Amino acid sequence: MPSLPLFDNLLATPLLAQHTADAHGAVNEGLRQFLIEGSYLAASVLFILGLRGLTAPDKARRGMQLAAAGMLVAVIGTLIDARILDYKWILLGLLLGSGIGAAISIWMPMTAIPQRTAISHAFGALAATLVGISHFDFLTRILGTEVGHVEMAALGFEVMFGSLTITGSLMAFGKLQELLPGAPITYPFQNETNIGLFAVTALMFLYLVLAPTAWGGHTTVFYLMVLAGLAVGVLIVIPIGGADMPVVISLMNSYAGLAASAMGFALGNNLLIIAGALDGASGFILSILMSRAMNRSFANVLFGAFGTPVETAGKASSAGMTVKSVSVEDAAAQLAYASEVIVVPGYGMAVAQAQHQVRELAELIERRGGEVKFAIHPVAGRMPGHMNVLLAEANVPYDKMLEMDEINDQFPRADVALVIGANDVVNPAARNDRSSPIFGMPILNADQARSIIVLKRSMNPGFAGIENELFYDPKTALLFGDAKSSLTKLVAEVKSL
Amino acid sequence: MLDLLHSVPLLAQEAAPMTTSFLRLYVFVLAGFIGFQIITKVPALLHTPLMSATNAISGIALVGALVAAGAQHSYYSTLLGFIAVTAATINVVGGFMITDRMLKMFKRYER
Repeated sequence: MPSLPLFDNLLATPLLAQHTADAHGAVNEGLRQFLIEGSYLAASVLFILGLRGLTAPDKARRGMQLAAAGMLVAVIGTLIDARILDYKWILLGLLLGSGIGAAISIWMPMTAIPQRTAISHAFGALAATLVGISHFDFLTRILGTEVGHVEMAALGFEVMFGSLTITGSLMAFGKLQELLPGAPITYPFQNETNIGLFAVTALMFLYLVLAPTAWGGHTTVFYLMVLAGLAVGVLIVIPIGGADMPVVISLMNSYAGLAASAMGFALGNNLLIIAGALDGASGFILSILMSRAMNRSFANVLFGAFGTPVETAGKASSAGMTVKSVSVEDAAAQLAYASEVIVVPGYGMAVAQAQHQVRELAELIERRGGEVKFAIHPVAGRMPGHMNVLLAEANVPYDKMLEMDEINDQFPRADVALVIGANDVVNPAARNDRSSPIFGMPILNADQARSIIVLKRSMNPGFAGIENELFYDPKTALLFGDAKSSLTKLVAEVKSL
Repeated sequence: MLDLLHSVPLLAQEAAPMTTSFLRLYVFVLAGFIGFQIITKVPALLHTPLMSATNAISGIALVGALVAAGAQHSYYSTLLGFIAVTAATINVVGGFMITDRMLKMFKRYER
C-alpha cells in the first residue's frame, strides 16, 4: 500500500503526525485514513441516492434503506479512527440511544409525528452543540493552542445554530404536545428584547473569531454565547402560534442541518458538511413552501406575533348571517348518493384522530359507486405532509390524496365537499376580502362544490381567529360535534341506507 | 493545484489552509445545490417522511460525537461525547425507523 499524498495533504489531522514515526506506522495510518475517507465518500453518495428515492412513493423505502446503510458505513468507518482510544462510553451511548430511539419509533402513535419530529431536532442539535463544546475545550484547555479564525468561526456557528435549535425545538415540542399554550406568547418590548439579544450574541461571536488570545476571556465568552443561543431559541419560538408550526419545524430542521455542516467545517469532515447541507437545504425549501402556502413572508411568520394582537378580521360581523345545520341522516343520504366527493381534512381531523373513520366512510361511498378524493392543503395540520401521513396510516391509497393545484379545478364537478376540521384553508375571504389577514393565501376551492358539508365542533372561529364565509354559504350545511363521533354516525347511517 | 502551491514554498505555507477551507466551502455549496435539486422534486405527499429522513441524516453529528466520546481527552469531553453519542443515536435510529414505518403505510390504490 503506497502512502497517499493526496489524502495526506487534504485531510491530514494534526494527530496523524504522532503515528508517522516509523515507516510501518505511516503505511498503516495511510490505509486507515483511506478506509475512513472511503467510508465517508460512500456514505455521502448513499445519502444523496436515499433522498432521491423520496421523489417517488414506490422508491422511497428502498432509498431510505440506502441512506441508513450509508449511516452504518460512516459509523463503522469512524470507529476505526486512531483518535478513539476507548470504546466503553461509545458502546454504552450507542446502545442507550438505539434503545430509546427504537422504543420511541415503535410505540409512538402516528398522530404524534409533529411532536416527535420537533423533539428529534432537539436531540440532533444537542449532539452538535456538545461536540462543539468538547472540541473547543480540547483546543483551548487541553492543547492550549490558539484557535484559528476559520476554525473558531466554524465552531461558533456550530454551537450557535445548535443551541438555538435545542431550545427552539423544545418550545415547538411543548406547543405541539400542548404543554405550552398554542397561542402566541407576547409581552411588551418583545421585539426590542430579541433584537438586543441577537446583537449581543453576534458581538460575542465576532469577539471569539477576531479578538487575539491575549485579550483573554474567550472561554467565558464562548460559554456565554452558548447560553445566549439557548435563550434566543426560546424567545423566537414562544411568540409563534400553533398554526404556524409547519414553518417553525421546517426552520429547525434546516438549522439542525446547518449545525452539522458547521461541525464538518470545524472538524474538517466532508461527510458532515454534505449531510448537513442536504438537511439544511431541505428544511429551507420546506419552510419557504410553507410560508408561501400561507401567503406570508418568513419574517412575517417569525415576527408576525409581535405587537399585533390577532385582529378580528374586516368582515367578522357574522350578525345577520345564519348557518344551516344538518342532521346525520340528511348528511349521510347526501354522501351516499353523491357520485363525486372531495374530502378536505384539516388539523381538526388529526385532533379527533378521525382518519380511520374517514377512510371507512370513503370506502362505503366508493362501494356504492361514488368516487372519493382527498384534497390536501400544504399547511393543513402542524407539519408539512401531516395529513398525508395520517390518511396513509388509515390505509387511504396515496394516489387518492391530491395536492391543491391538482384538485382545485375538480371542485366544481364535486357533488359534495366534505370539510373535516379544516377552516382557514377553505376560507373564501383569502380570495375576495382584501381586509382579511389571510387575503392572498392560496386556498382549496371547496366553496365551488355543488354542496358543502362541514364537520365542526362548534362555531368558534378557526385558529387565525377569522370568520369563515363558507360556513354561511347557502350551499353549506354544518354537522356539529366531534369529528370522530360524527363520522362514526355517518358511517352507520350510510351502511343502513 | 496543490503541486503548484508546493512549488512556491512561501505561498504554500500561507495558502494551504485557505485552499482547504475553500475546498470545504465548495463541498458545502455543491452539496446544497444537489439538495435543492432533489428536494424540490419530492412531492408534498412525502414531506413528512422527507423531514424525518433528513432529520435522521443530520444525526450524522454522531460521527463527531464518537470521536469526542472515545478520545479520552478529559473526563469532561468524554461526558459530553457520551451524551452526544446517545442523543445522536436516538436521532439516527429513531429517525430511520419511523421514516420506514411511515413509508410502509403509503400504498397505491388497487382494484
